Amino acid sequence: MADDLEFQDEKRRWLEGTYSSSPEDGRPFVTVSSEPIEPLYGPGDVEDLDYARDLGFPGEYPYTRGIRSNMYRGRFWTMRQFSGFGTANETNRRYHFLLERGQTGLSVAFDMPTIMGRDSDDPMSEGEVGRCGVAIDSVVDMQALFDGIPLGDITTSMTTNAPASILLSFYLVAGERQGVPFEAIGGTIQNDILKEYIAQKSWIFPPRPSLRIITDVMKFCAAEVPRWNTISISGYHIREAGSTAAQELAFTLADGMAYVEAGIEAGMDVDEFAPRLSFFFNSHVDFFEEIAKYRAARRVWARVMKERFGATKEDSLLLRFHTQTAGCSLTAQQPENNIVRTAYEGLAAVLGGTQSLHTNSMDEVLALPSEKAAEIALRTQQVMAYETGVANTIDPLAGSYFVEHLTDRLESQALAYFDEIEAEGGVLEAIERGYFQRRIADAAYRYQMEIEKGERVIVGVNRFSHRDERQDIELLKIDPEVENEQLEGLRRVRGERSEEAVAEARGELHRRAEGTDNLMPAILDCVRAHMTLGEIVGVMKAVFGEYREVPVY
Amino acid sequence: MKRTKRVLIAKPGLDGHDRGAKVVARALRDAGMEVIYLGLHQTADQIVRAAIDEDVDVVGLSILSGAHMTLFPRVLELMKECGAPDIKLIGGGIIPEDDIAELERAGVTKLFTPGTPTSDIVAFVEAL
Repeated sequence: MADDLEFQDEKRRWLEGTYSSSPEDGRPFVTVSSEPIEPLYGPGDVEDLDYARDLGFPGEYPYTRGIRSNMYRGRFWTMRQFSGFGTANETNRRYHFLLERGQTGLSVAFDMPTIMGRDSDDPMSEGEVGRCGVAIDSVVDMQALFDGIPLGDITTSMTTNAPASILLSFYLVAGERQGVPFEAIGGTIQNDILKEYIAQKSWIFPPRPSLRIITDVMKFCAAEVPRWNTISISGYHIREAGSTAAQELAFTLADGMAYVEAGIEAGMDVDEFAPRLSFFFNSHVDFFEEIAKYRAARRVWARVMKERFGATKEDSLLLRFHTQTAGCSLTAQQPENNIVRTAYEGLAAVLGGTQSLHTNSMDEVLALPSEKAAEIALRTQQVMAYETGVANTIDPLAGSYFVEHLTDRLESQALAYFDEIEAEGGVLEAIERGYFQRRIADAAYRYQMEIEKGERVIVGVNRFSHRDERQDIELLKIDPEVENEQLEGLRRVRGERSEEAVAEARGELHRRAEGTDNLMPAILDCVRAHMTLGEIVGVMKAVFGEYREVPVY
Repeated sequence: MKRTKRVLIAKPGLDGHDRGAKVVARALRDAGMEVIYLGLHQTADQIVRAAIDEDVDVVGLSILSGAHMTLFPRVLELMKECGAPDIKLIGGGIIPEDDIAELERAGVTKLFTPGTPTSDIVAFVEAL
């Protein structure tokens, strides 16, 4: 357009004249992803932007401005604080504490043994039980975790991947025992195994059987648990492992496409399962870059689903997402500063149109959150929602030359990464060749070096710190007795169940694992027979084998 | 002539957060040391055996899962049992100050907290 050309000429004139008459201070002007930022953006920087085609209206294709027509005027995002530690009973008390203080959804943090599908009495579990999340060995623990919380009235997100099918079954049976039918149960399992191989590294089985388990869950839930989000396709961990914003966006959406392909290959219609796919992104500290990332994500996903996969249901096109503020942006030094970082990051997520949000506690870089720190984190969201007015209008930054330019840039960077992944032979091949792992390790190392050279300032770490600082905030301590208590509960469960029922359930799961029948009904029967997590995983491992990574650094 | 330092970096236990371990491994390598990166999900036994087989001077462990009070002492104990008490054990991760003091008293040479520049870790290992 002529106006835009004129703007670019005028911008050049201004840059070389008026702007350069006052010097810059010499620091690099780059995003947290090391992307260069110009002093000024204007109409010529978004010259290809077509309002109707690229932005549209909230609740309308391509959903850049938001997936709901009314967004936060209908209701605020779900305030969903991730939490879990010690035994199920202790975590249950924390859940009641958070719900009484106005939290609107639950999110379960499991301990490492549970995440890895091991029982608390597994030799590898020693010292890890209840440490970085809650220990869950059987459905009995899951029932205790939600004691007094009606599962038909609340939605729960569970951060579980390799053993997600089993934890979901624990949850469903816990609901069944509260008298809540499957169709009334709502929530999310992360169930995103691809990003485990890429970034988070909590795997059990090799990729191909893992994908089969996931498609079994997708099929089962489409028929029986219609309110369940079967995968939360996660960029969060990719970013925490050190990726850039563009890599987080691209690798996550590429994983999403791989799941859609797997679902189609498993014989499902794309519109049958796509509406239950959801996403999970990081909110790092670079404010505008993050907002642009969410906007770009919605647009790219809608276009991919429509144009590449031929989805026709509107719900299949919507990129619904949860956001967590960036754990990796928090500092052990001057930990109270983390409250401020988290508030900015949460604000970016809300301005980017998130459906739910976890704001980190200030002490998460030192330990699991104390009650006090967890409450401040929740209050941060409530202040944002009820006091600042940022949720009064939808997508308030649309039309900002800068934000639209960044949105376009992230979109084109994502498309370029899709081509690279394609050239590697697709997501699975790229994982096996270490493509993602190398990219992320390179970005993480570059970021660290930027900090060490002082090119990147971290307040309280490489600037504005003094020598005699001591941590003086109260930290949550996990009682070492937790492990013994958990082991005792586990022994009780094994002692009181019918071994006959266990043998029968085990046999049926083994048969299905070797064949092609859906695993879920058999896993549910194992759970009802009080088989433990490690025992159920053991049956599947015997058939599917275990994944081994070739370490690269 | 002083021999080039040999360092083994590993992730013990079930924790998969390997960003820190990999950054440190690369920084030590770039500083000219010989680095063996053992990777994830290592038992104390695997770590100590590899340390002896590879004849390393230093073992560095990264733990973010809260299991540090079990895993560091176990590795120390095994090193003594296996007749390798001269190998220095260092580490890092999400470890509260009180626990750091206790582990350093128990024989861990040094624990680094988040935010430590890799140049500090390089200098520390060089000086060992």
